[in-house]
Amino acid sequence: MNARIVTRATRASRVAMIIGLLALIVLAAAPWWAGRADLRLMGEIFLYLSLACLWNLMAGYAGLVSVGQQAFVGFGGYMLFALTIFGGVHPIVAILIGGLLAAVLSVPIAILIFRLRGAYFAIGTWVVAEVFRLSFAQASALGGGSGSSLPVGVVKSLSESRSGREALSYWLALGAAVVVIGAVYAFLRTRRGLALTAIRDSEIAASGLGIDIWRTKLEVYVVTSAFTAIVGGLIFLQKLRISPDAAFSVNDWTAFVIFIVVIGGIGTLEGPIIGTLLFFALRETLADYGTIYLIALGAVAIVVMLKAPKGVWGLIRDRYDLELFPLSYRVRVDSNDKGA
Amino acid sequence: MMEWTNAIVQGILLGGLYALFAAGLSLIFGVMRLVNIAHGDLIVLAAYFGLTTTVLLGVHPFVALLFVVPVMAGLGYVLQRGLLNKTLGDDILPPLLVTFGLSVIIQNALLEGYTADPQKLNGGAIETASLQVGGLALGVLPLLTFGIAVAVIALLQWVFYATSLGRGFRAVSDNQDIAQIMGFNKSHIFGLAMALALAVTAIAGILLGMRTSFDPSVGGGRLIFGFEAVIIGGLGNLWGTLAGGVILGVAQTIGAKIDPGWQLLAGHIAFLVVLAVRPNGLFPRIDH
Repeated sequence: MNARIVTRATRASRVAMIIGLLALIVLAAAPWWAGRADLRLMGEIFLYLSLACLWNLMAGYAGLVSVGQQAFVGFGGYMLFALTIFGGVHPIVAILIGGLLAAVLSVPIAILIFRLRGAYFAIGTWVVAEVFRLSFAQASALGGGSGSSLPVGVVKSLSESRSGREALSYWLALGAAVVVIGAVYAFLRTRRGLALTAIRDSEIAASGLGIDIWRTKLEVYVVTSAFTAIVGGLIFLQKLRISPDAAFSVNDWTAFVIFIVVIGGIGTLEGPIIGTLLFFALRETLADYGTIYLIALGAVAIVVMLKAPKGVWGLIRDRYDLELFPLSYRVRVDSNDKGA
Repeated sequence: MMEWTNAIVQGILLGGLYALFAAGLSLIFGVMRLVNIAHGDLIVLAAYFGLTTTVLLGVHPFVALLFVVPVMAGLGYVLQRGLLNKTLGDDILPPLLVTFGLSVIIQNALLEGYTADPQKLNGGAIETASLQVGGLALGVLPLLTFGIAVAVIALLQWVFYATSLGRGFRAVSDNQDIAQIMGFNKSHIFGLAMALALAVTAIAGILLGMRTSFDPSVGGGRLIFGFEAVIIGGLGNLWGTLAGGVILGVAQTIGAKIDPGWQLLAGHIAFLVVLAVRPNGLFPRIDH
């Protein structure tokens, strides 16, 4: 008899973990080895990675396909500006409070729009985002429709020097990505995460097993909204300027994020990471073509959705049975015990 | 008092345009449970087709309809059979994301072809003509738009309930597999439904283009108005969609009367209130 051991970790996942940690150390040291433009680009990559992981948790696992996450990106950005300018709060504290407020605000929103099913839910989230955009455009204290800049005093409170500020802004972006990926991974490994994975695979079967689907979805929506608002705060801390159209842009904060997740592989943790790398590789090489580049991006997303709905990572996983984040259970036959 | 009456009447007429935005959405959702995120961009595409036709041939936008309606209908059939039919199934993600990708493609293709400059269809004298009714000045174009909306919805209703094509629509809507067994070709019927929906979209696009200026980025907003009209009126009910459009239009004109910045916000709030109070809309279709 061979001993059969149920395990989650594989050799690939252990190797990936070690490589990931090494990469993290190298990336954390980037302010000492990367130029100013590269640092900024990498910061942007980490913030997009965070948004993609969050959207993936909602759409890929909880089945909540939102096209209105820009509501919370913009809300987080505006809370940074409002709390620092009028409340005199330190920017980082303001961003965290923004996340908390977004969580509170997302509960009544969820109760309302969870009444819409499937694709109608998606457009409902868009309406909510429009309400946010139009409301902040009315806020004349924050510059109304034309927006406002972060005052010099607030910017200086982060760090006196420009390089210090850029390094801090980069570390915050890197930290956000690490926290978001870590939190999603840790959550998916818990009992509740298992419930969520069950919902992903079949809502009917999951409810038959006694999982409270509505509540699980609500939890995911609230947590995602809070983190999205925090990432939004960090985005506009990097930009130092906010306006309703930039803050609540459906293209910037939802369309691109959806493309990242779909191309990378929806419903997996690895997908958004691969998708973000592919997206920025495409953008950096083709961005000069402007609209043509966006048309190509839309076409690629359609082809991926039709031909390989699990995305690039799905293709790799099916072919090599790889899993970098050990989430599923495997049975390992321990051949050392032969004859025992 | 007169001012408020005027705002309400203008809102009702505006609601006709929104009902036209919504009718196509409502139709394809009813037949194949498809929500087309690119619907608004297709309305704008129709407006641009109208623009090219009027400029090239030097004809009135209403005459351009003779060209734009068949083109959009043909596009709808090809789009449905060539692309959208492949996305239909139990999973809601593929249709949603594919139409989302389509929306981005149409928007940017229009940007490439026509630039971001705002454009308008020149309707000539009809744009400024008005009728005096009991102290109110009613624009001829808004009146005509409303009349067209009522006619289009009556026509769709007739197609749906009194023709063999409509029987096909209702059959695949009730149960696709059984309809298929009874000899209906599902893919073909879906293609025809999308063709019909985009023919309505063509009319909506031309009327939109005569009423206001448009640019490639306005599609998303039109989708949202149409969607709100559908949900306010109740899913699957075409006359309800007209009522939903009217309610949305009136909310917007009253909002604009209070403060110009409130026009769109008031419409969205009316939608959210209906969603909170009557989640199935005001006039839901009774399911047997």
